[in-house]
Amino acid sequence: MATAFEIRRRNQLIIAAVVVAIMIALPLGIKDVYVQNILVLTVMYAALSQSWNILSGYCGQISLGHALYFGIGAYASTLLFVKFGVIPWFGMAAGGIIAAAIALIVGWPCFRLGGHYFTIATIVLAEIGLILFLNWDYSGAASGLQIPVSGDSWLTFTFLRSKLPYYYFALGLAAVVWLVTFFIEDSKWGYYWRAVRENTIAAQSLGVQVFRSKMAAAAVSAFFTAVGGSFYAQFVSYIDPDSVMVFQFSLLMALPAVLGGIGTLWGPALGAAVLIPLTELTRSYMGGGGKGIDLIFYGAVIMIIALARPEGLLSLVSRTRHAPP
Amino acid sequence: MSMLLETEALTVHFGGILANSDISISVNKGEILGLIGPNGAGKSTLFNLVAGTYRPTSGRIRFEGRDITPLPPAARCKLGIARTFQVVKSFETMSVLENVVVGALVRFTNTKAAREEAHRVLDVTGLSRRAEADARELTPPEKRRLEVARALATQPKLLLLDEVLTGLTPAEAQKGVELVRKIRDLGVTVVMVEHVMEVVMPLVDRAIVLDLGRVLVEGAPQAIVRDPKVIQAYLGDRFHA
Repeated sequence: MATAFEIRRRNQLIIAAVVVAIMIALPLGIKDVYVQNILVLTVMYAALSQSWNILSGYCGQISLGHALYFGIGAYASTLLFVKFGVIPWFGMAAGGIIAAAIALIVGWPCFRLGGHYFTIATIVLAEIGLILFLNWDYSGAASGLQIPVSGDSWLTFTFLRSKLPYYYFALGLAAVVWLVTFFIEDSKWGYYWRAVRENTIAAQSLGVQVFRSKMAAAAVSAFFTAVGGSFYAQFVSYIDPDSVMVFQFSLLMALPAVLGGIGTLWGPALGAAVLIPLTELTRSYMGGGGKGIDLIFYGAVIMIIALARPEGLLSLVSRTRHAPP
Repeated sequence: MSMLLETEALTVHFGGILANSDISISVNKGEILGLIGPNGAGKSTLFNLVAGTYRPTSGRIRFEGRDITPLPPAARCKLGIARTFQVVKSFETMSVLENVVVGALVRFTNTKAAREEAHRVLDVTGLSRRAEADARELTPPEKRRLEVARALATQPKLLLLDEVLTGLTPAEAQKGVELVRKIRDLGVTVVMVEHVMEVVMPLVDRAIVLDLGRVLVEGAPQAIVRDPKVIQAYLGDRFHA
């Protein structure tokens, strides 16, 4: 007989399957490139925010420097492609592994810092990365790199005629990161990460190796963020440090999870579904005046959600989960 | 009776304050040992030294004959030393069951097995009804129980209880006493820090009284409550037995 826990888990998978089915069908009738573009970005940020959520939501180590891993992913696959002709599929894997390794190297000193100090360190590290790439001649320095687009090809992952292949790849990535999170939730790491987030001292007393737990979360999180970065590079086909490694990306990875529900399975996807279309729509309908009205409106919406639902939008539906019998 | 834990001349300074001085005690397998003494006697310090939260300035700690002095708390937990916290430290947004699963995962890598173990421990500690509640929804006495449940799930040989009975109503305290007895009957050795003498004295097999960072007396509870040195430590010089 299935326990209540197993039924809950199975239901999550069913919901996910339904959501993915809807998302597969969604763009089929849409020919408008502008709308397709919004869809690609929404799904991409769902994947990125889900990756960020692994370290910052589940393990509680708030990073505002994930642009570093995003940029590393973008540069790794692009450099391999442009300089050595390595197809981006391998480049993505390479970028992910390099980012995970760098996350471990910077985690070594940074995870000895607690709370806000860790967050500040992540911001600083991402800025250092930005400055390094702005001055690194081999990677094109400030003028960036252009990905050669010869035509539609799955091999080199470049498409001119339609944005749909990009959309489906991003959707696949979001689904994979969701699944990884789903399985981690019911694993030793999942429990340990949340314990570390909730109370480090109590976690230690129960046998949790806190430092190792944080390192594992950082590596997984950085890996998928970098894969997202590689994807973005292919999608826009031109990168420079200011377009892939700026602070804004760190924020855009954190915000959907925070708005949707930090440390939850569905928070990042829900947050991205609300936030990204809102960003794009306010920009195109209100941004034209050049007065920043779109940003004021956008900021106001974030503030309203934060004030009304500090635990995120997901708390609107899931508060009944632990209702007493 | 064989010895489970032994401290050898444990001494710890915090700045200029000598919190524990030359403490040599032993804990026997299967007993309930009370660690008592007035406020500031050094009970909690000794407790934290054994749990690994503090490092001694000098001295050694042996567990099952093995020197564990340099081991961090997580490693001690793995060896079989579990503790509760005086100020409860629940994982607030996790369910009661999940809190206990964290403890059980030290012994089980498989989460399903850990969950089954957690359910068993919740049964023993009387928290089954609240398994699905978030820890933050618990009442203070329930939170104390959760502390015990979580520690118990690590399947300790030695369980350190830090003032789990303090601040409870008499009825709740009585239930707590029963739980501690039940835990000992499961084969777990218990060391409990308390300063409310009348609650712990009927429960413990043996008591060690600390005062001003040193061992004042050690012995059977009946003898200790009549010891003039103990009365003096608790009540001051004017009172004598």
